[in-house]
Amino acid sequence: MTDINKVQDEIIDEFEILGDDRESTIFYIMELGNQLGAFPEEEKTEDNIIKGCQSKVWLITTTEDDKVVFHADSNTDITKGLISLLIRVMSGRTPQEIINADLYFIEKIGMGGIIGSQRSNGLAAMIKQMKFYAIAYQSKMNAL
Amino acid sequence: MSLNIQDIRASFPILHQEVNGKPLVYLDNAATTQKPLSVIEALDYYYKTDNSNIHRGAHTLADRATRKYENTRELIQKFIGAKEVEEVIFTKGTTESINLVASSFGRKFVKKGDEVIISTLEHHSNIVPWQLLCEEVGAILKVIPINDKGEIIFEEFEKLLTSKTKLVSIVHVSNALGTINPVEEIIAKAHAVGAKVMLDGAQSSSHLTIDVQKLDCDFFAFSAHKIYGPTGLGVLYGKREVLESMPPYQGGGEMIKEVSFEKTTFNEIPFKFEAGTPNIGDVIAFEKALEFVNTVGKKQIVDHENELLAYATEKLSSIKGFIPYGTADNKVSVLSFLIQGMHPFDVGMMLDAGGIAVRTGHHCTQPLMNRFRIEGTVRASFSVYNTLEEVDRLYESVSKIAKLKNK
Repeated sequence: MTDINKVQDEIIDEFEILGDDRESTIFYIMELGNQLGAFPEEEKTEDNIIKGCQSKVWLITTTEDDKVVFHADSNTDITKGLISLLIRVMSGRTPQEIINADLYFIEKIGMGGIIGSQRSNGLAAMIKQMKFYAIAYQSKMNAL
Repeated sequence: MSLNIQDIRASFPILHQEVNGKPLVYLDNAATTQKPLSVIEALDYYYKTDNSNIHRGAHTLADRATRKYENTRELIQKFIGAKEVEEVIFTKGTTESINLVASSFGRKFVKKGDEVIISTLEHHSNIVPWQLLCEEVGAILKVIPINDKGEIIFEEFEKLLTSKTKLVSIVHVSNALGTINPVEEIIAKAHAVGAKVMLDGAQSSSHLTIDVQKLDCDFFAFSAHKIYGPTGLGVLYGKREVLESMPPYQGGGEMIKEVSFEKTTFNEIPFKFEAGTPNIGDVIAFEKALEFVNTVGKKQIVDHENELLAYATEKLSSIKGFIPYGTADNKVSVLSFLIQGMHPFDVGMMLDAGGIAVRTGHHCTQPLMNRFRIEGTVRASFSVYNTLEEVDRLYESVSKIAKLKNK
C-alpha cells in the first residue's frame, strides 16, 4: 500500500467515527481548516488563485528532495478544511505519486454530499491543479 | 385575528421533511417562496385536463385554457390595484419585465445625454439593463447613495433629479437588506420633472399591499415565484398611455394584428408585449397562489412576518459577534448579518448542516455589498409559514456557530 492510500484510509476511519451527523462533520472540517499552516500573505495573488472555486483558494508549491510540497489557503474555513485534507494526502510526495494518485477517500467519506455540487467542482479544480504542478515538476526533472 | 400557522404549514408539502437529519427550517423566502398544494395541484390539473394553446383555438380545451389564463390576469389587476386589465403583461419574471422597459421604453424615449436614476440598493437585474441601455444610446446612469442603515439619502436623490432625467427605476423593497424605500415621495418628485418611474416589486409584492394607482408609478414589475406561485412567470404593470406609446419588445406570434412581407401592424396591449406562446400552465396555477394570499389576508401575512423579524432581530442581536446589515427604520422580512471572523459561506453551510436553509453571498447586489465593504452576508428571510420556534432554531444554531470565533 502506498503512503497516499495509507493516509486516505486514516481519513476514512476518522470520518467513520463522526458517523452520519452532518453538523459534527462540518464542524470537524472547519476545525481542520483552523489548523492549516500559515500561508505567506504576499503569495495571495491573482496568479495563485485556483479558477473554478466558489471561495478564494490560493495554492503554491515548493520542493524538498524531489518531493512536491503544497501550501494553500482560502478565505473560508470549510474550504481550508478540505485543503488540509488534500495536503495531508498529497503533499511531500514524488510527482509520480501525485500524478498516479487515485483519491478514493473523497467518495468514501461522502464528501460530495457534505459540501454540495458547487464546492465539489471547486475540490475537483484543486486536485487538478495539484496534478498539474506535479506534471510540471516531473517534466522539469526529466529535462535536467 | 392571529393566524393559525400550523394550518397554513399543512398546505405546504415541502416543509414537512428532514434535511440532514433535522426538520427543515426554510428561511430563504426572499429567493423564492414555497408553493401551497393548491398551486401544485392546479398545475397538475391543467396538464391533465385543459392543456392547449390559448386565444385562437376553435375548440373547447383552448377556450377553457384561455378563460382561466385571462382570469389570472384579472386577479393580478385587482392584486396590484391596476385601473385596467390590459395594463397587466405577463413576462418570465421581474428581470424580463425590467429588460422589456429598458429595451422598449428606453430605446424610444431615452436619448443621448439623458439620465436614468437607480439606487445603491438595486439588484443586478435593475442595474445591468440600464447600463446596457445607457451605453447604447449615450445616456448617463446616476445612483442614489444610501446611509449606514441601508436607507437611501433622499436629499441626494433630489439633487440627482434634473430636467434630463427620463426614468427613475428603483427597488420598492431591498432584497438584501429588507429596506422599504419611500417610493411615493420618489414618484412624486420624479413626476415633477417629467420623469417616469419604474418600481422593482420583486420583494414588495409579497410583503406589502400594492396599489399601483395610489403609488402612481408608471411601471411595476414582480415575479410569481416570490408570492407562492410557479417559477418562470412574472408581471409587468404599465400605465395604459405609457404602454401604448412604446414599441413592441419582441416579434412573433400573438403580438401582431396583421402580417404581410411589406408591413406588420401590431396587436393592442397587453398582447403587443406577449410574443409567442406564453407560460400558460404557470399563469393558470398562479391564480391559486393569489387566492392563497387573499384567503389568508395580506395584512395578516405582513403582521406575522414582522413579528418573526422583530423576534429574530432581538434574539440574534444578543449573540456575541453578530453584525446586522440593513437596520432601516422601515423594513420587512429580511435579516442580513455576518458573524465576526467568519465567512458567510461557512455560516450558511453550518446552518444547512442543522437543517436551516438561508442564503449566503452578495444576493446579486454587489455594488451594495461594496458600499458596506463586505463580500456578502448571511440572509434569513421569513414567510407566512415560518414560526417563532423556527426562529429559536436559527438563534440556537447561530449562537453555536458564533462561539467558534467569538469566545
